[in-house]
Amino acid sequence: MSESRTVASLLLAAVAGLALFPFASDEFYLELFTHFMVLGIFAMSLDLLIGYTGLVSFGHAAFFGLAGYLLAIITPESEAMSLWVSLPVCLAGVALAALVIGWFSVRTSGIYFIMITLAFAQMTFYYFNENVALGGSDGMFIFTKPTVGIGGFEIIDLGDPTTVYYAVLASLVACYLLLSMVLRAPFGRVIKAIRVNEHRTRALGYDTRRYKLAAFVIAGTMAGFAGYLEAVSTGIVSPGHLSWHQSGLVLILVILGGMGTLYGPVLGAFALGLLHDQVQDVTVHWQLVQGIFVILVVLFLPHGIAGLVARLARRGAALAERAREPES
Amino acid sequence: MDISLFLVLALNGIQYGFLLFLVASGLTLVFGIMGIINLAHGAFYMLGAYTVYWLVGYTDNLFVAIVLGLVIMLAFGYLLERSAISFLYKRDHLYQVLLTYGLILVLDEMQRIFWGTDFYSVPVPQILSASVPLTETQDYPVYRLFISVMCMAVAAGLYLLIGRTRLGMMIRAGASNREMAQVLGVDIGRVFAIVFSIGVALAAFSGMIGAPVSSVYPGMGEQILIVSFVVVVIGGIGSVKGAFVGAMLIGLADTFGQVLLPDFASVVVYAVMAVVLLWRPQGLFGRA
Repeated sequence: MSESRTVASLLLAAVAGLALFPFASDEFYLELFTHFMVLGIFAMSLDLLIGYTGLVSFGHAAFFGLAGYLLAIITPESEAMSLWVSLPVCLAGVALAALVIGWFSVRTSGIYFIMITLAFAQMTFYYFNENVALGGSDGMFIFTKPTVGIGGFEIIDLGDPTTVYYAVLASLVACYLLLSMVLRAPFGRVIKAIRVNEHRTRALGYDTRRYKLAAFVIAGTMAGFAGYLEAVSTGIVSPGHLSWHQSGLVLILVILGGMGTLYGPVLGAFALGLLHDQVQDVTVHWQLVQGIFVILVVLFLPHGIAGLVARLARRGAALAERAREPES
Repeated sequence: MDISLFLVLALNGIQYGFLLFLVASGLTLVFGIMGIINLAHGAFYMLGAYTVYWLVGYTDNLFVAIVLGLVIMLAFGYLLERSAISFLYKRDHLYQVLLTYGLILVLDEMQRIFWGTDFYSVPVPQILSASVPLTETQDYPVYRLFISVMCMAVAAGLYLLIGRTRLGMMIRAGASNREMAQVLGVDIGRVFAIVFSIGVALAAFSGMIGAPVSSVYPGMGEQILIVSFVVVVIGGIGSVKGAFVGAMLIGLADTFGQVLLPDFASVVVYAVMAVVLLWRPQGLFGRA
């Protein structure tokens, strides 16, 4: 079995495991896993930029938080709003923001790109943090869950944690498939080429700035989708969702999991989340543990967990190959 | 706006600009010479402020506390470079960002463990506690002038150190060609460790000298870090001259913005940056 097929079957097994998880879990872990999967989508969207296009964004949380705020703003306090309205509105708003921020940001590269994305995210953060009408530093509540109906019938009840869990799981799989498709398309080839050598790609006649902007908008919108899911599942949005700690966290998830793999960042979300859950019982100084953990990963595991998995899969494939050899 | 208000705002803006320059110069120096992007710079600023608060408690003298604190921070910076930063020279910026981000988390938590979440104030020393009358109603505290003078002194010292000393020569040689300098017998590892510890000391010194004005509180490093990044990006990363111009621009924009556009005060700084980058993506004095 080849390496990629080993990984594919492992992924299928993981999805099956996640699908069965609610039968074995209490509500606390169900909601925790929902949160991990949302972060997984968020981190996966950033992987499109970092791992494939070579754009290190340090302001990705802006889109995550913005979607939540948009939902909170458009949702009326007393009556529910249809998901078919609120989701497109939120995504369109985030896509527009990504277009504007991206338009400025992709003119720069390398270290400047890191900083300008950070600065834009901070700008968004301060705007919401200081706007009293939008809850200031306390954030906003989303009082009613979006309704999902077809022809007047309620088909999904987003008030039920198990339903939300499955909806998020389905979204996670859908986002993974969507991004894989994007990356297999000609568009994906071009952005990968940009990461490897932007000058050469431009010399081949591609307007690289436009491709980078498109990747930025796709990634930003998907981060917004994750933010929408987070806001729906928790019912609250705060400036913390936009903060640079959030941007830093999602960057950590991508590296910890392994960039340039799409599934790696999801692994990262689960790994760091579970570590947090374990450490929380022992000490209140989670940040200290997280900080040391991040430093150790950077120093000793630059390809992340996915790199480790791929290495093991390669070794497994080699072993299988060797086992077959004497027969031939 | 009457003229005296304008004067006070301008003075405050310039003084803030000087302080920003002091922080940003360390950041831009470490990047320009070593190619390291250091997110923990703000944490060193915070650490400086807390260290001086702690030492003032023992020595009862701000100046002695600053000198002692600088020695501690220089040693801290040196050890940090040797134990962690030195592994990052050949790696992508991404890993530098992450490692120094991890460092922020660690240092922030350390600060919380040792000093808790309270706000502390450091008293202005007796001899600098006077005010200069500007007009009949407006005063200007001498300590703020002292900050500006100290910042100028440090900037001059830095200029002399890099441009006129043997160490400075080694630093410049290492910045332009690491391998060649090494072949010629310069211990580049040590030189870079010294540069990094100078960067740490610059951030810490800004925190120390600013402590009596800004007070000492958790999260103070974050705020200054982001602003000094803006300064460095505006000026052009790696350019000390750019850091100076950027710092003045941001210092004045922020001070006047808070009075003229109070609703958008915190956004003004970032808007200035966006405009500058639109005009010159590599910053005012950056190399393309």
